Amino acid sequence: MNIVVLLKMVPDVVEELEVAPDGKSLNAEFLRLIVNERDAHALEEAVLLKERHGGAVVAVAPEAPEVDEALFTALAKGADRAVKITGFTSDFSTRAAAKLLAQLLPRFLPADLLLAGCQAIDDVDGQLAAILAHELQLPYLGLVTQVKLEAAGRATVTKEFAGGVRGEFEMTLPAVLGIQAAEKPPRYIPVAKVRAAMKTQKIETVPAAGAPAAALVEVLQLAKPEAAGHAEMLTGSPAEAAGKLCGILLERGVL
Amino acid sequence: MAGNVWVLAETWRGQVSETTYELLALGRELAAELGVPLQAVLLGHQVKSLTPQLGAAESVVLVDHPALAEPALEPYTYALAQLVKARQPRCLLVPLTNISWEVLGLLPAALELPCANFCRDVRAADGKLQARCLLYGGKVEATAAVSAAPALFGILPGSRPAEKGRGEKAPAVEEVPVELAEAARVKFKKYLEPEAGDVDITQQTVLVSVGRGIQNQDNLALAEELAAALGGAVSGSRPVIDQGWLPLSRQVGKSGASVKPKLYLALGISGAPEHQEGMRNSELIVAVNTDPGAPIFAIAHFGVCADLFDIVPALTEEIKRRKASRAA
Ligand SMILES: Cc1cc2nc3c(=O)[nH]c(=O)nc-3n(C[C@H](O)[C@H](O)[C@H](O)COP(=O)(O)OP(=O)(O)OC[C@H]3O[C@@H](n4cnc5c(N)ncnc54)[C@H](O)[C@@H]3O)c2cc1C
Ligand SMILES: Nc1ncnc2c1ncn2[C@@H]1O[C@H](COP(=O)(O)O)[C@@H](O)[C@H]1O
Repeated sequence: MNIVVLLKMVPDVVEELEVAPDGKSLNAEFLRLIVNERDAHALEEAVLLKERHGGAVVAVAPEAPEVDEALFTALAKGADRAVKITGFTSDFSTRAAAKLLAQLLPRFLPADLLLAGCQAIDDVDGQLAAILAHELQLPYLGLVTQVKLEAAGRATVTKEFAGGVRGEFEMTLPAVLGIQAAEKPPRYIPVAKVRAAMKTQKIETVPAAGAPAAALVEVLQLAKPEAAGHAEMLTGSPAEAAGKLCGILLERGVL
Repeated sequence: MAGNVWVLAETWRGQVSETTYELLALGRELAAELGVPLQAVLLGHQVKSLTPQLGAAESVVLVDHPALAEPALEPYTYALAQLVKARQPRCLLVPLTNISWEVLGLLPAALELPCANFCRDVRAADGKLQARCLLYGGKVEATAAVSAAPALFGILPGSRPAEKGRGEKAPAVEEVPVELAEAARVKFKKYLEPEAGDVDITQQTVLVSVGRGIQNQDNLALAEELAAALGGAVSGSRPVIDQGWLPLSRQVGKSGASVKPKLYLALGISGAPEHQEGMRNSELIVAVNTDPGAPIFAIAHFGVCADLFDIVPALTEEIKRRKASRAA
């Protein structure tokens, strides 16, 4: 079972996000980049599958601030190789990124599975995993929460629908999956283990080749979302705010 | 006809899904702006009886095929690709739901079409179509322009009121034959139903809902105590369920339940679009969050910008005190 996992660095949305003077990007100065949450689940699923079935996991991430730490963390968690792709800029469209990755990834094949997060929080123009699947002529399923290997190049894959209902699918391998959630929460890795990985393991560097495909969707501006309304804020000490809230609940007949 | 506005009419287990009507309402506005007809595209097997419900569209393009009986989306994509290639609509609005998810990736990949996702609105401007898209967990809105046609737009649920997308009269129906093979690479096997036995959060009048701000499983006791005082149950956002702190049956949002309690108390929940989808129609929404810029405050009726670990105990105590004095 050989698995390639894609990791993308995205801003941590718990921090304040400020639009840059160009009006089309975020002010990089204040951004703290982390691995896209869904990608952390994809990595966890890959490592779980490797622990169960053997094989190797290759974590692949385009160059970005903090990416080395993310890749060493992936190694500490159980990835066998970590690959950084250079010559990738953060303003690549999803389409451009997918097409470049489709050219590069066959180097790491034969892989049975190519895993990406089901969605990144920072781009408008669609699903990388689907484009990658199309380019590599592989089957694709998104929103995956479980992968069970069956004999002879097949897997039973669970996808999330709505209302807690899931669907079970049978897929031929190799396949591209967009991971929604791993079977278990992503494992915690102590900093000491990441440091140890930094000392003993290496990140491979591979340059992206060729010109990026044109973007078909143009981002004109970024702004704080327009909202129709805003909550009426209850202020004061915790006890005061709690008192005000109780008053409202009484008035509304909830208490 | 070339240049029309199309809406993908989504079905889920034999029914037209609610968000289809929201898209029809949006599609109708867009079609009027462009001066072109609005058409619904309905794919499935033995679904012709659903077409009268799509009267907000001028007509329905219907594809009925056994390969479309199951929610495996490769055949859906092939069918749509044939239709889009032949008819060249100006745009296709697709519900950004877990049901239609793969279409939004595979169709633009197959036809090299522009695709904008997470749209809450699509308008015509300067000969282009402009979408307003929510990114970064709902904290930033992008305005994105598409000049090429056909173009795809993945529309967030909640973009328009569903009532505005219901029509009175049955639309004209055109059935279009397509060539389709059975799904071979990705085969649907079965539905896995949610486990019964747990609290049904859709039936509660009060939900105390916790997000990542609750920090760990032990702290859930605080929410449980508040829920008990209010006579409600505890629900949660996706990270809380992903961490295993609450069962899947307690998840509110896109993949979880849609709830409409009398009171939805959101504690340490940022209010990402996928979460809002499941709770925005609650009668009273109260949010507690330390981040004044959290998107949840845009849809909450009342908010407290404070640490939930200060507010929750104070609130529980105050409720208990009032109840005790009432009982006395
Ligand atoms: C296809 C898909 C489907 C999804 N389905 C769902 C779904 O069904 N349901 C769902 O919820 N999400 C869903 N998500 C995930 C969604 O995008 C968000 O990631 C998620 O809702 C965020 O959860 P959160 O608000 O708890 O966490 P965060 O976004 O991390 O927010 C935590 C909040 O807590 C606040 N906070 C921190 N500490 C405190 C404190 N001490 N006191 C008060 N406030 C504090 C922070 O300011 C922050 O606003 C889905 C995502 C995808 C891609
Ligand atoms: N530029 C990128 N580099 C690496 N992986 C990416 C990139 N863009 C998207 N991905 C992967 O594809 C997933 C889905 O992203 P998207 O389809 O762009 O929302 C992400 O969660 C990543 O796993």
